[in-house]
Amino acid sequence: MSDIALTINDTEVKAKEGMTILEAAQSASINIPTLCHHEKLIPYGACRLCTVEIIRDRRSRLVTSCVYTVEDGLIVKTESEPVVKIRKMLLELIWAIAPGAQSIREYATKYGINRTKFEIEPTFCILCGRCVRYCAEIKKKNAIGFIGRGIERRVMFFPDIAAEECPKCGECFPLCPTGVLPSNYAIAQMPYFTWEGKKYFI
Amino acid sequence: MPRLNSAADLERLRQEILAQRDPNKPCVTICSGTGCHAYGSEKVAEAFIKEIQRNGLQEKVDIRRTGCHGFCERGTIVVIFPEEICYLRVKPEDIPEIISKTLEGKLVDRLLYEDGTGQKVVHEGEIPFYKHQSRIVFGSNRFIDPKNINDYIARGGYSALAKVLFMAPEQVLEEVKRANLRGRGGGGFPAGIKWEATRNAPGEIKYVIVNADEGDPGAYMDRSLLEGNPHSVLEGLIIGAYTIGSHQGFIYVRQEYPLAVENLAVALEQAREYRLLGTNILGSGFDFDVQVHRGAGAFVSGESSALMTALEGRVGEPRPKYIRTAVSGIWQRPSNLNNVETWATVPLIINNGADWFTSIGTEGSKGTKIFSLVGKVNNTGLVEVPMGMTLKEVVFDIGGGIPKGKKFKGVQTGGPSGGVIPEGLLDTPIDFDELTKVGSMMGSGGMIVMDEDTCMVDVARYFLNFLAEESCGKCIPCREGIYQMLKILNRIGAGDGRTGDIEQLEEIGEVVRDASLCALGTTAPNPVLSTIRYFRDEYEAHIKHKRCPAGVCKELIAYYIQPEKCQACLICLRNCPAEAITGGKNLVHTIDQDKCTKCGVCLEVCPPRFDAVVKLSGIALPEPVPPGTEVIRKRGREK
Repeated sequence: MSDIALTINDTEVKAKEGMTILEAAQSASINIPTLCHHEKLIPYGACRLCTVEIIRDRRSRLVTSCVYTVEDGLIVKTESEPVVKIRKMLLELIWAIAPGAQSIREYATKYGINRTKFEIEPTFCILCGRCVRYCAEIKKKNAIGFIGRGIERRVMFFPDIAAEECPKCGECFPLCPTGVLPSNYAIAQMPYFTWEGKKYFI
Repeated sequence: MPRLNSAADLERLRQEILAQRDPNKPCVTICSGTGCHAYGSEKVAEAFIKEIQRNGLQEKVDIRRTGCHGFCERGTIVVIFPEEICYLRVKPEDIPEIISKTLEGKLVDRLLYEDGTGQKVVHEGEIPFYKHQSRIVFGSNRFIDPKNINDYIARGGYSALAKVLFMAPEQVLEEVKRANLRGRGGGGFPAGIKWEATRNAPGEIKYVIVNADEGDPGAYMDRSLLEGNPHSVLEGLIIGAYTIGSHQGFIYVRQEYPLAVENLAVALEQAREYRLLGTNILGSGFDFDVQVHRGAGAFVSGESSALMTALEGRVGEPRPKYIRTAVSGIWQRPSNLNNVETWATVPLIINNGADWFTSIGTEGSKGTKIFSLVGKVNNTGLVEVPMGMTLKEVVFDIGGGIPKGKKFKGVQTGGPSGGVIPEGLLDTPIDFDELTKVGSMMGSGGMIVMDEDTCMVDVARYFLNFLAEESCGKCIPCREGIYQMLKILNRIGAGDGRTGDIEQLEEIGEVVRDASLCALGTTAPNPVLSTIRYFRDEYEAHIKHKRCPAGVCKELIAYYIQPEKCQACLICLRNCPAEAITGGKNLVHTIDQDKCTKCGVCLEVCPPRFDAVVKLSGIALPEPVPPGTEVIRKRGREK
């Protein structure tokens, strides 16, 4: 593992090979906003809030810092104008589906946003996939997953697995950036019959 | 079938096939591509068989069902060789006449192509639609029965493979790189460089993939190539595999393409029997086989990383590609993916050389490109043109211009993620970089022509609606951004547009473009941004004046019967499905706007000599005439 030197916001940062820009920044106490990243999980790149500007060979490019691995001599700007423009728009878009969520409020305040120009149509879930990935990658249970595509996409507990696994686990609940997951789970408590010690779902 | 153990065996087989075939023996070829199939080509083929038997000509005439000829507008297409007599719009009932006239050495005039001046064209190649094309990739379709590998071999098929297998892979790679073959699937990435990356990537196991997940609305180039000439794609794939050092290939084809799936299966089976697939291909020691994977109908699976995820058996969702799929693709192994057309071009480059290939096209884009020319154009179908040909030549020389004497308005290239190019830029050459410069893209080859009756807000809305449904929903800018843009477009189309909507569309569009995870998202705003760029006045008319200049957006138009022109013929009144028209004999007809569903039937059925129904947009409706108003009879029609 060789050390890699890169510059983040004019500060020289040392990183290990294979680290992502986000990890390198965090190690140097530089905060990059993110909603879908979690240190235990495989980088996913869905919320796009961690987008940063990089300059390589004097050419500027926008990349996702949670998946982009560090390179020697890389120049990273985490709060440049195009980056902030993207974050502001994303926060307004997220606000419309998850109003009131604490994590989103905090980021919004940081970027001077106190409202959204979009109509509020709450699902309270931003589909960051932390719960789904945690259950699949760490617990290897797949009690929760995505259904649907595009705007119809939802997170769903699969009742047959969830009824067995979730009551004794619940480790994904605190990972939810909007806090909607426990109520989502409560809704998913499907009625079932018990017959000779086995559960049958209707 | 004999096993081919060497290049010499293949050549011997080819000579045998040719020896059995008399080039002067009449052969009726019937286009059996998807377009002609829908017109009933199978019935035409059966009628030919029956009629030929009835005349006792079985021994004297060959019948061949071929792949798509391209001129889908005029199907079913029948070409009689060796003279190459081309009959269009052939119906089963025409067959007895075709046979009897052909026996007499005469032509069936009414089935020949007629140019605008009444002049008949006999030979396929002389029809203007074909004359301006260079069909190097697609042209073989019309000679080949896709279910018979011998047809392909007879035309020199697999000779490029035979050549390659006894070359060093580096040499093959050099040739493909020198040809500067750019990916035909949309991205335009140089295939040679991609091959090299996969070849040099660490790892023993490598994969090659054919991307046949063609999903653009109105586009069917890859479909017709796979259906009509599957071996050309397969030969290209084996050549690529040999060059890269891969022993396993995948063909990812849409389940919605049943004929392509069927013909591919037959092709693979026949290739295996000749041992053109399998172990020790042509005695070279090279092993390779292919598996067909049928897609489940997701547009996003055409994106390379999503396609590979789907191949692994998971939901087709893209992943960030900072480590390229060429290095880490299926099961994290180096995987080289190219589009159907790219693979089919490879054998041609090998056989004719990179110099031949680079002599066609422009500085940055070499060779030819197949487009599916559709929309408001006289000759719809598949066209293959050299790079550098202008859009004008494609739309007017090949496409024959706009039907019904309407005015050209724009041409949409690049599928749902492309842009609309206006009349002023019709001299833009077909070239990867030039099309991007004008705000559109080459894409996989969709080309939709639009006339003056097309509303650009409606077009943007249509494509965005498609993308909102087809976005996988993984990343926020694509999922939520497209949805919010679509909502704005919907309200503009409904007459509820607000000042600032255009700017907001641009603002969201730029973020979706810059922040989305995969190419579906980064290109999704193109239809909106390009129409705003070239047709901003149309957006403004919708927002400020609540007027749809093309008369398309239903909420912004009204049908109106001009009382001074109405002759009380009762035709519109009887045809109105909503029973919204009142009036009677000798009484002026009026439309009840509350009941009207704006289907436009009244305008269609009003006799042109009266021309009383008009479509109004953006202006207040005149006061309706009081019920019982009698019509003013036109002069000359009074008794």
